[in-house]
Order: sequence, then structure tokens, then C-alpha cells
Amino acid sequence: MLKRRIIAIVVLVVGIALGYLVIRSQAPNPPRFLAAHPFRLGLDLSGGSHLIYQADVSQIAASDIDTSMASVRDVIERRVNTFGVSEPVVQVQSGGFGSTNTHQLSIELPGVTDITKAEALIGQTPYLEFKVQSDKPIPQNIVIGPDGKASTNVDISSQFVSTGLNGKYLKQAQLIFAQGTNEPTVSLQFDDAGTKLFADITKANIGKVVAIYLDGQVISAPVVRDAITTGTAVISGSFTPEQAKALVSSLNSGALPVPISLISTETVGPTLGAQAVHAGIMAALIGFILVGLFLIIWYRVPGVVAVIALALYTVITLALYKLIPVTLSAAGIAGFIISIGMAVDANILIFERAREERLRGRSVGEALTVGFKRAWTSIRDANISSIIIAFILFFFGSSLIKGFALTFGLGVIISLISAITITRLFLRALPTPRGKTGRFFFSSGFSMSKK
Amino acid sequence: MFVIKFKTLFISISVFFVTAAIVSLIIFGLPLGIDFKGGSALEVQYSGPRPTVSAVTTAVTNAGFTNALVQPVGSNGLMIETQTLSDAQRAAVLAAASLEQPATQTSFTSIGPSVGTELKHKAIASIILVLIAIILFVAYAFRKVSQPVSSWKYGFAVIIALVHDLIIPTGVFALLGHFYGAQVDTLFIVALLTTLGLSVADTIVVFDRIREHLNGSKSTSFPKLVGESLSETFVRSINTSLVVLVMVLSLAFFGPATTKLFAITLAVGMFFGTYSSIFLASPLLVVMEQGRKKKK
Repeated sequence: MLKRRIIAIVVLVVGIALGYLVIRSQAPNPPRFLAAHPFRLGLDLSGGSHLIYQADVSQIAASDIDTSMASVRDVIERRVNTFGVSEPVVQVQSGGFGSTNTHQLSIELPGVTDITKAEALIGQTPYLEFKVQSDKPIPQNIVIGPDGKASTNVDISSQFVSTGLNGKYLKQAQLIFAQGTNEPTVSLQFDDAGTKLFADITKANIGKVVAIYLDGQVISAPVVRDAITTGTAVISGSFTPEQAKALVSSLNSGALPVPISLISTETVGPTLGAQAVHAGIMAALIGFILVGLFLIIWYRVPGVVAVIALALYTVITLALYKLIPVTLSAAGIAGFIISIGMAVDANILIFERAREERLRGRSVGEALTVGFKRAWTSIRDANISSIIIAFILFFFGSSLIKGFALTFGLGVIISLISAITITRLFLRALPTPRGKTGRFFFSSGFSMSKK
Repeated sequence: MFVIKFKTLFISISVFFVTAAIVSLIIFGLPLGIDFKGGSALEVQYSGPRPTVSAVTTAVTNAGFTNALVQPVGSNGLMIETQTLSDAQRAAVLAAASLEQPATQTSFTSIGPSVGTELKHKAIASIILVLIAIILFVAYAFRKVSQPVSSWKYGFAVIIALVHDLIIPTGVFALLGHFYGAQVDTLFIVALLTTLGLSVADTIVVFDRIREHLNGSKSTSFPKLVGESLSETFVRSINTSLVVLVMVLSLAFFGPATTKLFAITLAVGMFFGTYSSIFLASPLLVVMEQGRKKKK
């Protein structure tokens, strides 16, 4: 008995200490160790932009898609990093359960609430591609207008086909000024694979045009005079020095191996998020107090123990959110708040079972022991269904739902452990009730006091 | 147990609410939000009292966005929903919404139509997956119980209860959509799925007690046994649901604006989910057992 009491006190002290650390780390000027583990807030709470781009992988062999997407991610990440956004998250989202075979890039930019800036930040990444004249040129109708001039409305792009040589093979770009003319030109240096590819292309196309496309527009279409084996190419469009300089810097931060297009954006201002956090804390607190009052009034001493177990559950969960870390969104906070309610279920099951056993004539202590044992199958089966739901929701895909599924599922699992072990520990550490008053404090409900 | 005694009444109440929900769905339809159909949602705040919804609707329509839907948010905010907007168009809507005083953008969401379609598929897929997973789990958990009602009948009773729990909140949502402009978004699907999880947990607790009594092989009749199991688990079911409901309602009343509708849907779902676990699933078991007896 003494040993149990010591363990119970130790658990209580550890719990209070953990609670203190969680609160202290949110207060101003926390110690360095605590400052390293803040709550990680999602974009909807901290403010920022979330952009989703769709990658067009139709031109890429199925086996290369994953590596191409990875390099798209790297390129965008580099670009985002140069703009000094704190903790950007760039992720590839491929297919996933219940979806068509799509490849998307999800970009989260905390603190960036100006969508124009965010779009420009990513949109500047150029898509560079080399194309050659098609073997089967498509005849074009040139219409002579009433003014006697031929129309210039000719579809040039249909005359060219992709070579597979694109920005992925670029090693470095440089701004140079052509000798004599002093015209700004952009010099490209390919990597080893690109050099070989470029050599093959130029060899096969001597006397023909090789067009250089940037973001789907022809920027230069020189005629190949000789095979180029050095892996260098020069783009001499009609650049201004500023344009050439911008192109070089954006090419160097990386050209995209696949074209991407923006399909969805979300921007949340910082005030809205702060309001949501405040409201979430309020809802959790008010709910906790009401539930606590109910438990203590209905279940008395075991109810008090259940409230302590619930408080410990809350503290453990919050500490885990910091340590894992779990990114909290409004939906995630909702999941947490609901999980507080669910965490009580196991205790209610046990207490109700214990009450039945007591009605069958067992002593209070015995009834609790049997109650714990017999309630277990119900607790297990009831929680498995919730875990199944959380699991399926987690693989639903969208980040909003993932946040909810994670806090909800984590809550169910932690509460399963805390509600049983902690409640049992404390109840067994308490003195066995004697006499009428003792029994009253361990009974439940309102009609019970008569029995 | 009164639940078994008046089982026809309680099952009729369920039938009534399900029918009412279906009627509400047919009359009002289910309004899809931009999550599922694609489009843009621009939330703005005014420093003083906001202009009227109709004034802003007229202004935005005059600016060329004919399908704009304007709704009040919080005390001084408005939500303006339109087709998918480019950044220049977003600025145009924001300018149009600035009437007597400038509107400040607090959030902007734009979802392409293809994303919406994909999300719709995912939502349907996950509901089906959840239903299948739950039925398999129940069939597995009760595999050893076959007398006097075979184990798949427990599964069947659970399915009926689940369909009941899905249809009623959806019908209520159609009502909310018609009168308060509520729209079906991803959080609505999450609320439905969570409801299913909680309702099944409740049903399982009752069935688990029936299972225990059957294994104890007391020589009582099946209806009486179900009634006993129900009355033993009754207080627990009500208390647990009450506790979760308290949390959900405090989320609805005090929680963030974004999860308000989610919490209300969940509260409706919780209420009918608890009802179905006590007053529908178990009485159905008894009805099925009696139907079997009559055939013999």
C-alpha cells in the first residue's frame, strides 16, 4: 500500500512538473531548452500562404516521375529559401488513396500573407527546354490579308518537338557580353548527361534550327553549324542587361524538369489565426471544467481521480505535440478537444462496471478491481473503431484532415493508456472506504446514496 | 427494459427522422462548398460596422463576378465566394467590396475545379472504406457469437444504425444549408466519419455486454437478455455521450469560427448516434431474432 502511494505521488509530481514546463514554455522568455520546443502552428493559425501546384508529367517516363518530382521540390525549395521565408514546407503529393494519379507540389509559406508575392516567388522559376524541328512539319495556312501582307499568325510551336534536354541538365548559367556587339547573352553549361545529350542533338541537326524555349515561349532559335561536344550553349535573344541578369540568376537557382501550374491557393492573415487559437483554448478550458464538474458530482471520489487522470492526459498530450512535433491546425485543435471527451469514456465504463459489481454485493475495493478487469474488452473494442477511423482519415490526404486525424488518433491511444493505468494507480493508493460515508464517497449517481 | 418493450415506438422514431432527413435532402439539396466544386473564397474584415450583404453582393456583381455569394462572418467580416479567381481578379473583388470603408483581406482560398473533383472522390472513397472497415471489425469481434442470432446479424444491425447516423446529420445539414447558407466541406465529411466512429463504439459496448451474457449462457430469453444488457450499459452510454457532447458544444459555442459548423454537425451526429446505439441497433437485433422464430 505504501509503495503504491509513493508511486502515485511520484506520478502526480511528474505530471505537475510536466504541466509547469508546458505552461512555462509558452510564457515570455522561456529557458533555451523549452524555447526549442514551441507548439507548431499550422498556416491557418499562424498566418501564411499555402499553394498547390499541379505538375504536368505527361512528357516524362513513368520510371522517372519520382526523381523529377523530387528535383522540382529541391528547385522550389532553393528558390523559396533565397527569399528568407522562415520554415517553409515544400512537399510532393503523389496520388494517394482514393485519388487519380496526380502529382502535386504543396508549398507552405508561413508569414507570407501577400499571395502576389508568394506566387511571384515560385512563378519565377523558369522552365527551360530545347526543341528541334519536327520530322513531319505541319503545313500552315498563310493568309494574305486585305492589306496585301501575309498574316503572322503562324503556330511555330507545332513545328518543333521536345528533345528531352531541359533545365534538369543545367549545371550553370552565366551572363556574358558578346565580343564586338557587346550584346548581353546568357551562356549555359550542361552537366555530363546534358553534354552528351546536347552533342547528340546538335550532331543530328546540323543545318537545322534548335529552338530554346523558356516557359513555353521561344526565346532563341539558332541554326546549328557544327556538333557541340563541350556542353556549352549560348542564348542570344534580344535581352536587356537586366533581363539577362534575372534569367541567369533564376536559371542558376534551378530550372524545372517538369512544367507546373498553380491549381489552389490559400492565404490566412495573422489576426484570424490568433483569434482561432484563443477561441480553441477557451473552448478546451470551458469544456474541461464542465466535464470535470460533472465527473466529480456524479462519481465523487473516483470522479476526482478521473479528473486528475484527465488533467495528466491533457498535459502528456500537449507535451507530445511539442516533442513530436505535431503541427496544430484549427481542425487539429478540434480533434484534441473531442479527444478530451473521449478520454473519459474508459473511466466511465470502469466506474459503471464497478457500480454493478458493488450492487451484486462486492466490497468497494473488490468491485473496482473486477470493474477494471471486466470493462477492458468493451474499452478495447470501442477504441479500436475510433482508431480505424483516425487511420483512414489520416490517409484521406488533405493536410486539414491529417491534422484532425493525428490529434484525434493520438488522443484515443494516449487516453486508452492514461485513463486505465493512472486511474487504477490512484484508486488503489487511496484508503479503502469504511462505513456509510466512505461508501457514499465511492458510489455514483444520485439514487445510489440510499443503498 | 422499456427500450425493448416499446421497441416498435423507438424504431418508428428513427424511421420518422430518417424519412424527414431524406425529404429535406430532396427539397433543399446538399450545397457543395468550394472544397468540392472549386472556386474562391475571400474573407474580409471592416474596421467599423460592415456594409450590408446585399450592398456588397451588388457591388461585386457589378464588378463582373455574377455568381458571387456573400455571407456575414463574425461581427465585422464578410465571406465572398466566387468562381476560381486569378490574383488580379481577387484584387478587383477586394476593391469592389470596399464600399464606405476599405475591406481588409483576412484570408483567401482558391481551389481549382480538378482539385475539387479529386477531393469529392476521396471523400466518397473514405466513407465507403470506413463503412467496410467497421462492418469487418464488428463481424470479427462477434465471430464466436452465433446463438441465437448469427454474428452477421450484429453486423447488419450496425450497418442500419450507421446509415441512420449518416443520413440524419446530412438532412439537418441540407436544412442548415438552405436557411443559413452552410456548405458541405471537408470538415463536414470528417464530422460524419467521427460520428460513425463514436456511434459504433457505443453500439459495440452494448453488443459486448450481450456477448458476455450469451457466453455466460443464462437461460433467459433473448429479448430479456438484450434488455438487461441495455439497462446495464444505459448510464454509461448516456454519460459518455454527454461528456463528449459537452466538449463538442463548447467547441461550437466558444471555439474557432472555422470549426463551428463542424462542431454543430458533430453534435447532431453524436445525439442521433447515441440514440441509434441504444434505441435502434439493439431493438433491431430482437426484431431479427423474433422474425427468425416465426419462420420456424
